[in-house]
Amino acid sequence: MEGYSRNEEKKLELRLGPPNGDWSREKDEALFPFGYNISTNNGSQVQQQKFSSFLQLQTTPQKQSVMAQESLQTAGCIKAVNDAEKKAFSPATKTGPVSHSAQKRTAPAPVVGWPPIRSFRKNIASSSSSLKPVTASQNVVPNKSDANKKPMEICQKGLFVKINMDGIPIGRKVDLKAYDSYDKLSSAVDELFRGLLAAQSDQSGGGKEKKEEGEKAITGLLDGSGEYTLVYEDNEGDRMLVGDVPWHMFVSTVKRLRVLKSSDLSTLTRGNKLT
Amino acid sequence: MAYSFPEEVLEHVFSFLSSDQDRNSVSLVCKSWYEIERWCRRRIFVGNCYAVSPSLMIRRFPEVRSVELKGKPHFADFNLVPEGWGAYVHPWIVAMSRSYPWLEEIRLKRMVITDESLELISKSFKNFKVLVLSSCDGFTTDGLASIAANCRNIRELDLGESEVEDLSGHWLSHFPDSCTSLVSLNIACLASEISFLALERLVARSPNLRTLRINRAVPLEKLPNLLRHASQLIEFGTGAYSADVRSDVFSNLTEAFSGCKQLKGLSGFWDVVPAYLPAIYPVCSRLTSLNLSYATSQNPDLGKLISQCHNLQRLWVLDYIEDIGLEELAANCKDLQELRVFPSDPFAPEPNATLTEQGLVAVSDGCPKLQSVLYFCRQMTNAALVTIARNRPNMIRFRLCIIEPRSPDYLTLGPLDTGFGAIVENCKELRRLSLSGLLTDRVFEYIGTHAKKLEMLSIAFAGDSDLGLHHVLSGCESLRKLEIRDCPFGDKALLANAAKLETMRSLWMSSCSVSFGACKLLAQKIPRLNVEVIDERGPPDTRPESCPVEKLYIYRTVAGPRFDTPGFVWRMDEDTAVRLS
Repeated sequence: MEGYSRNEEKKLELRLGPPNGDWSREKDEALFPFGYNISTNNGSQVQQQKFSSFLQLQTTPQKQSVMAQESLQTAGCIKAVNDAEKKAFSPATKTGPVSHSAQKRTAPAPVVGWPPIRSFRKNIASSSSSLKPVTASQNVVPNKSDANKKPMEICQKGLFVKINMDGIPIGRKVDLKAYDSYDKLSSAVDELFRGLLAAQSDQSGGGKEKKEEGEKAITGLLDGSGEYTLVYEDNEGDRMLVGDVPWHMFVSTVKRLRVLKSSDLSTLTRGNKLT
Repeated sequence: MAYSFPEEVLEHVFSFLSSDQDRNSVSLVCKSWYEIERWCRRRIFVGNCYAVSPSLMIRRFPEVRSVELKGKPHFADFNLVPEGWGAYVHPWIVAMSRSYPWLEEIRLKRMVITDESLELISKSFKNFKVLVLSSCDGFTTDGLASIAANCRNIRELDLGESEVEDLSGHWLSHFPDSCTSLVSLNIACLASEISFLALERLVARSPNLRTLRINRAVPLEKLPNLLRHASQLIEFGTGAYSADVRSDVFSNLTEAFSGCKQLKGLSGFWDVVPAYLPAIYPVCSRLTSLNLSYATSQNPDLGKLISQCHNLQRLWVLDYIEDIGLEELAANCKDLQELRVFPSDPFAPEPNATLTEQGLVAVSDGCPKLQSVLYFCRQMTNAALVTIARNRPNMIRFRLCIIEPRSPDYLTLGPLDTGFGAIVENCKELRRLSLSGLLTDRVFEYIGTHAKKLEMLSIAFAGDSDLGLHHVLSGCESLRKLEIRDCPFGDKALLANAAKLETMRSLWMSSCSVSFGACKLLAQKIPRLNVEVIDERGPPDTRPESCPVEKLYIYRTVAGPRFDTPGFVWRMDEDTAVRLS
């Protein structure tokens, strides 16, 4: 242990350059880093950059099929960013030892927490419904009609509910206002947890390369046909199966969501309160 | 020296020192000054609630009246900190309730406060006056009801941008009829409807009310009455600013605004119907602060409104202002100091407003007092940044977010290093900087060389290697907070500058290249640092030591390790203890 710590001490004591001497020796270079590299690298980086964002624009709307091939990162996060507040964690941003190889540079897919905007600022445009993609000429007449249906939409701020999944230690939040049907909610839940679930089952393996194979879609959330079933707690504290009542009724009563192992639910019948 | 003055005299002298820094310096002069100072310190600011313990604070400063605490890392605002991370204020409230019966003010930022804590506050401090909760969560309207019911002398209740569980809008009616002391009430963050009658009565019996921000659930039709009761208001936040367009409603509202002769700040404007914007024209020339960042109105309405606010010092607005509106701003508002431009639709693949680098250049050119900028846009050039830097060497806060990560200068397709380099080189007083766009290690060399007064730096998707981080840590002398995400910075830079971390408040790194082994080493070498790893994949020691950690939060502390870590946070001290034995 003595030797160990003395060795480490040495690593730590340098303040003008990183440890192990390698930087201090190369100090002159370090002060003018990559003078050559920058110019050459950049050319290619920039191209990569352009290429990738181009690519991304195409793939984002179509989602899924293309995404599935992408890293966990991309797949897991697209929705997360689109839709709203997802508490933390980005399997996505987890690129492991980041090198600045071209490959790492190529995927500026949307990631959790970027752009850095507080959740209540997200979707201001869409939530206030007055402005679709802007054509500057017409000046917000829609607002008027909007005002008429106000009572129904008074709280357009977003409806965040907590969601937990069996086997995932940390809860998330979903904005129900961002969906208009059970199917969309279900695929959102899939995208939200799929990567996490894979990462969980993967953790002992420790290798990133396993992620893709470990990752499979979470299906059958609504009809009980899958490994997991989506249930919710309503405003009276009762636990219900998601999908049993009309969507708007669900949205107005849901307090909390939970993704349970279907096997744990076997005693329950659809249409009944879960106890 | 000290003994030649009676203590009372020194105490009196010290009372004129309002800055915490000066008080801290005073207490370092000699033992007797330290003693005198600690007995007469009334206000405490704790920038990180885990950097010190309540008992340490109380032992040293027994007579405190006002406490300000901050909790979670800044990146919590953007959901990078998992729920349940910590920053619970309850232990502080419990300790203070025993030792500070005369406490008057509590200000919290990014902390978790429960209804239980709120109730304890309301019952423990007899002369409690100010409660400010910025970006806090964990409480409900029931907790607010106990504050309302029990704090008889409450002057300020500000819920900032907190996440409040709305159980009932009736909490407002818990303010007793005898409560007439309110100076400031901000409930803009509440989602549900509040009891308007209770609000109206409260406002009517608060002759000293200067700031009132109501929430989105209060309809526009209610504003005239409310304003008539509060013509002394200096700052007002509207609710939903929409209604059917009717001339009687409009003239009512116009008249009500005109009656507010002191009005200097306006905010709110959710769901704005542009036809009602002219109702505030009568007060525009008086306004120094205007927050339109929830108002989705567009030009020409927006430009027309802003061009009438000649005395504006602070403007928050959506990108709907566009370059054109910013040019009008630059031409008309010569006192502007702070500008924030938020994206209306940050996730849209295409820009939905014509807002470019040009708008910011125009403002930097036209507004000589501009010193604080937060600007979201989709394109930038080095040339624009250089111009901005030369126009505004007085810049203190410069936060630029180019929405697409690693966007290059769109004209040259090169990195934005020289642009940001010009900012740090020209703006000698720069204290806060956020970087975005394509950046190499070179920009960090510029920052390390020039940004000597920089206190907070945010970095995302930038840099090439450890060298980038090394430049920052070794060069930025005044750096206190550093937050980094998705950068290839790793062990070498961190370990080489380990001692620097003790001079800073905190360092956040997520999705970088710091290994678990380095985290342990760091904690072991510098015991006054708390090194915490956040990893949702399970215990980090089940992976190889060289495996990078997901998220890393490092801060200095005199309180030792914290004991409220949730399952997904690993403290390096506990781990190393096991390892070394």
